[in-house]
Amino acid sequence: MTTATAAQPATQPAARSPFRRGLRRFLQNKLALFGVVTIVLFLLFCFLGPLLHPTDQVHTDLKSTMLPPGTPGHPLGTDDVGYDVLGRLMIGGQVSILIGLAAGILATVIGTLWGAIAGYVGGTVDAVMMRVVDAGIAIPATFLLLILSAIMRPSVPLMIVVIGLVSWLVPARLVRAESISLKSREYVLAIRAMGGTHGRAVVKHIVPNTVGTIVVNATFQVADAILLVAYVSFLGMGLQKPATDWGAMLTGGMTYTYAGAWWLIFPAGLCIVLTVCAFNSIGDGLRDFFDVKGRDR
Amino acid sequence: MVEAARTAVRTASGGAGILRFLGRRLVQGVIVILIVTLIVFALLHLAMPQGPAQGILGMQATQEQIDAFNRANGFDRPLWQQYFTFLSQIAVGDLGDSFKLNRPVADAIGQRLPKTLVLALISMAVALVVAIPMGIYQAVRRGKTGDYVFTTMNFIIYSTPSFFLGLVLVIVFAQWLGLVPALAPQGDTVAQVLAKPAGLVLPVATAALGIIATISRYMRSATIDNLSEDYVRTARAKGTPMPVVIRRHVVRNSLTPVIAMLGYYLPVMFGGMIVVESLFNYPGMGLLFWTSAQTGDYPVLLGCVLVIAVATVVGSILADLVQALLNPRTRGELA
Repeated sequence: MTTATAAQPATQPAARSPFRRGLRRFLQNKLALFGVVTIVLFLLFCFLGPLLHPTDQVHTDLKSTMLPPGTPGHPLGTDDVGYDVLGRLMIGGQVSILIGLAAGILATVIGTLWGAIAGYVGGTVDAVMMRVVDAGIAIPATFLLLILSAIMRPSVPLMIVVIGLVSWLVPARLVRAESISLKSREYVLAIRAMGGTHGRAVVKHIVPNTVGTIVVNATFQVADAILLVAYVSFLGMGLQKPATDWGAMLTGGMTYTYAGAWWLIFPAGLCIVLTVCAFNSIGDGLRDFFDVKGRDR
Repeated sequence: MVEAARTAVRTASGGAGILRFLGRRLVQGVIVILIVTLIVFALLHLAMPQGPAQGILGMQATQEQIDAFNRANGFDRPLWQQYFTFLSQIAVGDLGDSFKLNRPVADAIGQRLPKTLVLALISMAVALVVAIPMGIYQAVRRGKTGDYVFTTMNFIIYSTPSFFLGLVLVIVFAQWLGLVPALAPQGDTVAQVLAKPAGLVLPVATAALGIIATISRYMRSATIDNLSEDYVRTARAKGTPMPVVIRRHVVRNSLTPVIAMLGYYLPVMFGGMIVVESLFNYPGMGLLFWTSAQTGDYPVLLGCVLVIAVATVVGSILADLVQALLNPRTRGELA
């Protein structure tokens, strides 16, 4: 997917601003465009869809369980306790996307500050801060998530915080690397010479100059966070019913694999795959836009 | 991170040599493990503010019994003293007792870990055999249909939760075609598990597909980088056929970053194993962890975390070592 950048000729009109040039490059990346369109469609589906297709997603309806798709009033059928699957995809999607976005942003903010400070200060502080990152990376995210969900009752805010707290390590490493190379640039030294504080140097100069890396990585973080939500639900530590997310729907449907209830599995599974693909391709597109290395993938 | 390790090796080779670099990595590793024990200790305390008494004595235990237990086992002392006790226990391999399994945590993990390692090693071997040629092929055919097909495939697999991927495999190969069983073989020992290889096909395939999607991408970009190096042009100019250049030079140089990555990939792989093992009911450490999370068996949960963290730290140091050995600039100093 990176080939698109390299293929771009260096003969762009010089008058164009870097932003316009980048935007052009982003839009020429068809995959990134697919990503944006997909996300917009999913947002409309999840947040406006319930207005067009109102369903009761709180009370079970045991008179109409396991109806196949095409049943009048239930285009995608119903599940084992009578929830309309199409309507459930909408509210499940709200949760998956909300947690994904919020946790991805939280992880990026923590990681950026941590990495920027470690790289800027350097020395022992840097060494200690980065060993903490190493220790965090040595504990698999799914393990930490399971332990924390076993200790505390899962809720949407808790899942945002917990997923954010296990995902900030990679952005911290990336931003630290950039921060180290930025701190000796003239404009940062100038700010210090003019009496600017360290805090000012980090917030006003180091962080804004890593914005490419940060934005690209944030997009990948959102994709990963949506996957993590699904994993937690699959492992049975997700939200309590009647709340749900795509991962929980998919997991709930797995019980009926051998009963042939494909509509309980594939719609939810495809929603996850499409959304994560979309965020990943936006990330690839943004990497071309900002012309940064992002992460090795 | 791979880049960091590479630079570190290079810097070290310029200075006082690889041994010093390894020494520093060992010290770092010990510090990382100490931080992990702090995290684990904090989590233990968060999960059981009163200590493990309730879990061991049962829900019916009275406050007096709990207090007596805490006094007898030192859980009434200040936290920092408890931490050092905890440290000295894990230093000799004592991970405490399970609440539910009626046996020491170290025993339970010792029985499950080899089975997880076997599953992980087979999956990794299968993945490497597929992913390395795939990455080289993609790099050589860069921008052509073949590259595009594999890139798209890997992109989709990378974006798919592994339990969904595994489920699709189960539906196709177990339910429709009936070729292989949908459940993993059961048993206490590695030999019992290996005795029924058919049951391993789907768990291995599920784990391997995810690894392939990651490694082939690394291999592809590393090979692309190497193909534009001067030594390739030199070899071509001397008349060496391209396949020979790739076999003799490019593959070796492209493998280095992939090997470095494998060391850091361990925690990701263990994290994936928990999903694969729960999906196929494979009797490994992931499943042990999962059932312990369901029953709130905290000593087992945190014991698993410690074991994996140590494995990860050792793995990343080994990866650095292998990388240094492969790197001609540092090889001489160790041999």
